[in-house]
Amino acid sequence: MRRNQVAVVGAAETTELGVIPNMSQIQLHADAALNAIADAGLKLSDIDGFATAVETPQQMAHYLGITPTWVDGTSVGGCSFMLHVRHAAAAIEAGLCKTVLITHAESGKSMIGKQPRFTAPDSLNGQFEAPFGVYGPPSMFPIPVLRFMKTHGITHEQLAMVAVVQREWAAKNPRATMKDPITVADVLNSRMIAYPFRLLQCCLVTDGGGALILTSADRAKDFPNKPVYILGTGESVETPMVSQMKTFDSSRAFKVAGPLAFKEAGITHKDVDHLMIYDAFAHLPLYGLGDLGFMPHEETGKFIADGNTRPGGKLPLNTNGGGLSYMHSGMYGMYALQESVRQMRGIAPAQVPNAKISVCHGVGGMFAASGTIIFTNEK
Amino acid sequence: MAEPARAKPKPTPETQHFWDGTKAGELRLQRCDACANVYFPPRPFCPSCASRKVSVFRASGKGKLYSYVINHRPAAPGFTPPYAIAVVELDEGPRMMSNIIDCPQTPEALELDMSLEVTFEALDDKITLPLFRPAKG
Repeated sequence: MRRNQVAVVGAAETTELGVIPNMSQIQLHADAALNAIADAGLKLSDIDGFATAVETPQQMAHYLGITPTWVDGTSVGGCSFMLHVRHAAAAIEAGLCKTVLITHAESGKSMIGKQPRFTAPDSLNGQFEAPFGVYGPPSMFPIPVLRFMKTHGITHEQLAMVAVVQREWAAKNPRATMKDPITVADVLNSRMIAYPFRLLQCCLVTDGGGALILTSADRAKDFPNKPVYILGTGESVETPMVSQMKTFDSSRAFKVAGPLAFKEAGITHKDVDHLMIYDAFAHLPLYGLGDLGFMPHEETGKFIADGNTRPGGKLPLNTNGGGLSYMHSGMYGMYALQESVRQMRGIAPAQVPNAKISVCHGVGGMFAASGTIIFTNEK
Repeated sequence: MAEPARAKPKPTPETQHFWDGTKAGELRLQRCDACANVYFPPRPFCPSCASRKVSVFRASGKGKLYSYVINHRPAAPGFTPPYAIAVVELDEGPRMMSNIIDCPQTPEALELDMSLEVTFEALDDKITLPLFRPAKG
């Protein structure tokens, strides 16, 4: 895909984040969509392309009153929205539509109008994982981490520091769910969830949503907010069964999507001013730093523990507080994208001074899928 | 009231041989006749070279502990926490999820790369699960 041909011209989260007991899941989508429409200074009738995940495009397009000529229902977990951005950029460039709305929302905490997840007993997951006691992401997502730690020499304290540093970022963010400072000892003494991970190394469970509006770069200058251009993109999938990953030392989906986006953007790692790596659990930033090529995996734990990703550090990472401290409704990718857009607009609560390039890397399922979007505010 | 039971697999035409195997006390894998790739989970073609000429064979049942979590909460129906959910690397190459029995469910007892051997636990007269225990000797 060509660089900087498509821009984000509208971006917003739901009015509230956290516990929202007075809205169903589809209304959370609508709340985010209406906020993004207002942010872009558009009307719903201006939208001719629509993408969403979990909820179907037909459900949400009808609820919103949109008649799209292009739809994308790609639903590969929490990074679905990175894939939507990539697909939307291609669709706009190909002339299939002009103005795309992407919505995410989940009633992850209040569970209002949210369909329960179900693993069919005759699916491969149902036959070869479910019988062994996996029960929700905390019992599955950390399964590779002990092998990762052994191979790369990562310590429990370094994995605790991921949560500590992200809480430092969250403390700067009025909308973050958890803002009180924590220490390595707090993390390592918090309630055990699935060894080796404890409560403070697992993402929050909240309600909320977000929406993005994309259009061609040549139209983007006519919108009220500073355009944020799509510089590079990548995507991939590996397996819905965490046990069947090619290796636990890295993520194949990350290693395909990340470098693809860097190549397309034509940038090196030194050019990156701001980084988001979807952190459903504390090991993901370490996988991401290694798999995206910032450094060998062996150095990732020390890099974070030494403070390089904290406020004032040389590689600001997960500056909204992340899934660990900001919010996590179940499919966090949209919130990572929102933070990248805020940073590129220059309006983030914990703004990185003069940031020009933001890398936003998402995961879907338990390393099942991946999407990477590289943004810039300079054309 | 009966205790809630653990999730029970329901075989498909492509996986029936695996579940017939566990019922007969065998761990069955597949090998590609064209490229010799050994793979899991079951399917009637080679995911490496796409050949449809594949054979089912009895695996050694031996392997090593590749990685695991010890799940505390929430516990799956039929499980009493804490319990380990493990991934075993079989001597033939493929990895599979399982549980480790006859072993304390602690980080001290569950050492990565420890040698394991398969054992079988019948859930009912149709389904038998392959579980693993520390290898003897």
